[in-house]
Amino acid sequence: MLDAAPTEESLLEVNNIEVIYNHVILVLKGVSLSVPKGGITALLGGNGAGKTTTLKAISNLLHSERGEVTKGSIVYKGERVQDLEPAALVKRGVIQVMEGRHCFEHLTVEENLMTGAYTRSDGKAAVERDLEMVYDYFPRLKERRKSQAGYTSGGEQQMCAIGRALMSRPDTILLDEPSMGLAPQLVEQIFEIVKAVNEGEGVSFLLAEQNTNVALRYAHRGYILENGRVVMDGPAQELRENPDVKEFYLGMSDEGRKSFRDVRSYRRRKRWLA
Amino acid sequence: MAILNEIFITPFVDMAEAPDFLMQVLWEGLVSGVLYALIALGFVLIYRSSRIFNFAQGIMVVFAALTLVGLHAMGVPAWISVALTLAVMFVLAVSIERVVLRPLVGQPDIILFMATIGITLFLIGLGEIIFGGENKVMITEELGIPTGDTVLEPFGGLLILQHLDITVVVVATVLVVGLLAFLNYTRMGRAIRALGDDHQAALSVGISLQTIWVLVWFIAGIIALVTGIAWGARAGVSFALEVIAYKALPVLMLGGLESITGAIVGGLMIGMLEKLFEIYWGQPLLGGNTETWFAFVLALVVLLFRPQGLFGERIIERV
Repeated sequence: MLDAAPTEESLLEVNNIEVIYNHVILVLKGVSLSVPKGGITALLGGNGAGKTTTLKAISNLLHSERGEVTKGSIVYKGERVQDLEPAALVKRGVIQVMEGRHCFEHLTVEENLMTGAYTRSDGKAAVERDLEMVYDYFPRLKERRKSQAGYTSGGEQQMCAIGRALMSRPDTILLDEPSMGLAPQLVEQIFEIVKAVNEGEGVSFLLAEQNTNVALRYAHRGYILENGRVVMDGPAQELRENPDVKEFYLGMSDEGRKSFRDVRSYRRRKRWLA
Repeated sequence: MAILNEIFITPFVDMAEAPDFLMQVLWEGLVSGVLYALIALGFVLIYRSSRIFNFAQGIMVVFAALTLVGLHAMGVPAWISVALTLAVMFVLAVSIERVVLRPLVGQPDIILFMATIGITLFLIGLGEIIFGGENKVMITEELGIPTGDTVLEPFGGLLILQHLDITVVVVATVLVVGLLAFLNYTRMGRAIRALGDDHQAALSVGISLQTIWVLVWFIAGIIALVTGIAWGARAGVSFALEVIAYKALPVLMLGGLESITGAIVGGLMIGMLEKLFEIYWGQPLLGGNTETWFAFVLALVVLLFRPQGLFGERIIERV
């Protein structure tokens, strides 16, 4: 899976950011990461680790939820972007696909896709071409183009959300929890498409995922978040073979099944939590 | 028995005996109905794109009409006054977005609703300071709105159509059709509908809340001006005009707050039903003046059976 090599060039740099909600709740306590151009980067971790917050900090959707970046910097293509409106970021090529899909449910699938092109000014013909491009990646969406998005299945909505993001002609897609609530087979299908888009269109991905197993199979590089900090990072291959990751995130262990009594000693051995 | 007879038999006998009069009643109802529908549309647009119930819609009608009449009184030619009034409504939309809505983003709906009450009070004050509180006459003739009437003779009877009313119906219809086309077939229109469905997602694809809000408030301003001219021409321009916006409330209850079709059908239905009820039931049985409350009672009855209104958006729920 590691053949589509990301380049060395870094597209997005997140340097030691801190995020506070409502002026009091400290959610990210210094997260740094870098997204290389043309790569798929995975952001892993359990519930409440700060994956979604990290993505929203980058896409600047935090403001409408009363959150703000109080420390650190976010740099995209050499430009500091953390004070921009989400719309300005979309114009620069960064778009987020939110957790739980968030399709416009009373719009048809095709209208949903067209809203993705809202910020574009390169003419109708180019938008039409990209619509066909999206339908090539997601033939299922073409079949359902006239259906109201609210009545399509979870998998179709996820496709619709990714397709909508693609319509903005992005360089980077921030993909939040694409596997959420989908059958394993569909998850695999969605990730295959992500890979195809990555290779075919050269779009870089930063994806937050709880499904560590799938994410590490498709990603080139991974970061593991816990309690608002990056506790481990490295090439996906290395992470997959790391014994701690295996134990805590992939549910595999060399020593066979442990009893519940040993959980406490598991915790002590999590050395990256220092 | 007599009372039942008067409720269930006599009105229909009257209708059948004088079909020309029935048509006259329906026509009058249609004219008010078109205006109710137009105002309700203004509410629906703002509600769908920002979940704000815009209490200020009524005063915007008054304010637009006052500005138009006031400008003309200062010696500005009629059509230039219209253009200037539109500009004023645009400035109003921009200021409301800047000063009121933007700082309140993400606050609960009720707070935004309270803010629109604030806007109402502010506009009442501002209107009175600038234009004074006395009644004024709409500049109907100066705007070239025909004031004559056409007399038709269907079924050998008599049907009088005021040219003013015909103009109102035509203009309102054009406005509604234009608005529908705008919402369904343009990039901006799609963005307005998208924003109504999911704020966060709209933000995420780069739709700017600010732009859309200014746009919908400006559209509400245009609607306010048209309604202000139409109603002002029939009843004079005063702060009492505000009441016609409250007539849009039962329309919204009936049609559903999110539904554009609902606003149109609801408006026409209420306009015609309240006239019919007034003429055939209200005046003979209840001493008349039922138009002030009929629409509200009708809406109440509908809400008992369909809480989302007749055309409210079906709440899409997947399991």
